Amino acid sequence: MSTQTRIDKRFAALKAEGRAALVTFLTAGDPDLETSLEIVKGLPAAGADVIELGMPFSDPMADGPAIQASSQRALKAGHNMSKTLEMVRQFRQSDDETPIVLMGYYNPVYIYGSERFIKDARQAGVDGLIIVDLPPEEDEEFCIPAMQGGLNFIRLATPTTDDERLPIVLTNTSGFLYYVSVLGITGTRAPDTTDVAAAVKRIKEHTDIPVSVGFGVRTAEQAEAIAATADGVVAGSVFVDAVSANLDNKPAAIRAVHELTKNLASGVRKAAKN
Amino acid sequence: MTDTQINSYRNGPDEDGRFGIYGGRFVAETLMPLINELAKAYDEAKADPAYKALMDDFLTHYVGRPSPLYHAERLSEHLGGAKVYFKRDELNHTGAHKINNVLGQILLAKRMGKTRIIAETGAGQHGVATATACARFGLECIIFMGAVDVERQKPNVFRMKLLGAKIIPVTSGSSTLKDAMNEALRDWVTNVENTFYCIGTAAGPHPYPQMVREFQCVIGNEVREQMLAREGRLPDSLIAAIGGGSNAIGLFHPFLDDPGIEIFGVEAAGRGLETGEHAASMTGGAPGVLHGNRTYLLMDEDGQIDEAHSISAGLDYPGVGPEHSWLKDTGRVKYISATDDEALAAFQLCCQLEGIIPALEPSHALAKVIELAPQYDNNHLMVMNMCGRGDKDIFTVAEHLGVTL
Repeated sequence: MSTQTRIDKRFAALKAEGRAALVTFLTAGDPDLETSLEIVKGLPAAGADVIELGMPFSDPMADGPAIQASSQRALKAGHNMSKTLEMVRQFRQSDDETPIVLMGYYNPVYIYGSERFIKDARQAGVDGLIIVDLPPEEDEEFCIPAMQGGLNFIRLATPTTDDERLPIVLTNTSGFLYYVSVLGITGTRAPDTTDVAAAVKRIKEHTDIPVSVGFGVRTAEQAEAIAATADGVVAGSVFVDAVSANLDNKPAAIRAVHELTKNLASGVRKAAKN
Repeated sequence: MTDTQINSYRNGPDEDGRFGIYGGRFVAETLMPLINELAKAYDEAKADPAYKALMDDFLTHYVGRPSPLYHAERLSEHLGGAKVYFKRDELNHTGAHKINNVLGQILLAKRMGKTRIIAETGAGQHGVATATACARFGLECIIFMGAVDVERQKPNVFRMKLLGAKIIPVTSGSSTLKDAMNEALRDWVTNVENTFYCIGTAAGPHPYPQMVREFQCVIGNEVREQMLAREGRLPDSLIAAIGGGSNAIGLFHPFLDDPGIEIFGVEAAGRGLETGEHAASMTGGAPGVLHGNRTYLLMDEDGQIDEAHSISAGLDYPGVGPEHSWLKDTGRVKYISATDDEALAAFQLCCQLEGIIPALEPSHALAKVIELAPQYDNNHLMVMNMCGRGDKDIFTVAEHLGVTL
């Protein structure tokens, strides 16, 4: 990349600070556009360093029940791709530094129009993309145009990504690598932090880009343990659960997500002192 | 693709698993190494004469192949036009073409040392075939089935249980076939080490569309030989029902490069294309990406997948195999559609004239035979794939005819 994105700058700054990033995932538009925007606006103050926003999809093949339900809630409330981009635009009016990553599945992007999406996402203030069902084998399709359009393309690596395959995964990865710490779908199994440390070490032998670890992170203790070895800790289902537990009281949903963010952020920051 | 001269329609997919723009490998990273491993194992198996010999032996003595090519004489006379033949794949063990593919995949799973088989099913025919093969080869079998389908296909659910399979009713999304497929994929990423995903149709990520087609091509290859023996020449037209499209591609593929042969694929028009309640993804949908491949899909303007509708649970899927999408765009195959009511009428006519109770899936193809056959003279040889028997459908048919059993 010739120019640094907000993601590159944020990871560089945190590295200088000597701590890992807290990356928070929520589904855009869950439970509705207004509440979702309020939640997202308050995340940086609560301690989120990078914000991932899920683009809702009717058939989220790699997600567990919590994120499946959040997608359904958002779609039921009338959410769509244009509204996700509008959320980012509104967020950017008050925050020009916190990186935003859009995460989801390829079909809604493809139907929006890949070129149009890259242009509109960039203009709205999106920094990076995670498209779950676009492996390196399909790079020509969208990854390369997105990187040429100035967006980071963040790739997933998993326990099935062996040493032979890892360089292929890393080739067109930028911003950070998202290491999926468990086999399976989001939010269902807890990561084994010893395995995570070994995996991060293995990946770092192949690359200098930051490595963030996620899937199944729910507590400050887990965040702390992962932050001791990784450059970033991703949590998602735990926030989505907080939204779904407070559907009848939206201010409470907003508060609950921000409290959880503070809690996980404290775990991440504790690791830095070790 | 359509602008350039195509030398052969039988060369796909390319090394990236593409048929023109369709197909591909749109899966999560966790599955990518598994799909590559599968492609490699399949190539090795194909090159091994022992694998082919074992497959042929089971096709002959367990499945009961070759299936007959039957001249439907009374139906032909009634329609007054083309000479109509049925390829009798409903006479296979388990009552449909599904077993051709399942056998190939289960023998492959055994070779690969996998011990746990997962599959999705809609009507239950693929589930029954998978449970059957797993029982025969002593493998653990888990079938994902939409909760709605579990309810409307009770006899097949019981069959699968008798055969030792575990049925997991899927309640996510719309609780039908597409959701069962999502759930099977979720299971696969969670249990990568010991699990083999036995996909029921010529769709999904590469190499599935190619592999399933090659297992089903036994249908078309037999028709070729049988028709030459019977009539001394090749057929003039072929017709088959399309859900995911595995029975159709199995019949069509061996004939794609015979330019004189007209080929028709029949999608389910449900309550009518104009009602929006149908499963005709090629006639009424647009290209998109789902379940590992790019293909025609039913979806809204935001790319969210729509629910399909058909009286036939086996056609009730909002997508189609990628090779059909390509054959549609190239114009080699004509894709048409039949409504629930047309299929029901054809179902009854076949019972009355031929003494054959067809499944509701091929009843869609039969509905178009009724429409097309009179347009040809009686030298015209038309082959319809009777891909399943209708015993499983009698409850659905009774309900639609207002009969209480």
